[in-house]
Amino acid sequence: MIRVLFFASVRDRLGVADESLTETPANVAALRANLAARGAPWDEVLGADQRVLAAVNQTMATDDSPLSDGDEVGFFPPVTGG
Amino acid sequence: MAAVQTEIRVQTGAMDPQAELGPLLGTDTATGAVTSFVGLMRDFNQDAQVAEMTLEHYPGMTEKALQAIVDEALTRWSLQAVKIIHRVGVLRPADPIVLVAVASAHRGDAFRACEFLIDYLKTRAPFWKRETTRDGDTRWVESRSSDDQAAQRWLGSDST
Repeated sequence: MIRVLFFASVRDRLGVADESLTETPANVAALRANLAARGAPWDEVLGADQRVLAAVNQTMATDDSPLSDGDEVGFFPPVTGG
Repeated sequence: MAAVQTEIRVQTGAMDPQAELGPLLGTDTATGAVTSFVGLMRDFNQDAQVAEMTLEHYPGMTEKALQAIVDEALTRWSLQAVKIIHRVGVLRPADPIVLVAVASAHRGDAFRACEFLIDYLKTRAPFWKRETTRDGDTRWVESRSSDDQAAQRWLGSDST
């Protein structure tokens, strides 16, 4: 089981803030591909050509960051603070 | 060597930069330089008058990311105090958004660390701005490539 959180414009476009998934994909890229495979709007927001950042357990991650049971994954657009 | 005083705060309430700077001035006799950066909300962005801004963040990750940025600064420069305060929630034009303040023995370390901290914050800390224009439209602020370039400068070998 993993928990997936969505922030800012990513959340707004998906219409979902968080959800739990029973299966744990191997890494961030696999999770993203699984979500994009749901079809619109998921493929438009999380498709491989979209600039979306990911964090695993609240630390910036990359496509090949591995996932384990119990992890928290966040997806969000490039940050604009400061 | 005395421990480095670090303070990281994410707050919804208003910020008073001058009051926040006070404790860094004149309390540590080893301090020879204090630098600060205050980011303020502008009323004009991307060809539109902006009436209001809402800042969202990723609670938990934000604090971790800011601590990691401060830790990185402490490995690069000799610092005596670091303070980062960032607003979230609703802001109005001229409101302070962020304060970065650094105390050091000498100005070189203080200047460079302050600029490094804000450059890294702008590309690594999970905050997002949503603007409401005077016409009532809302839009997420797009990230700027110039911010990425500013952060990239610190990756070179001569960055300290």
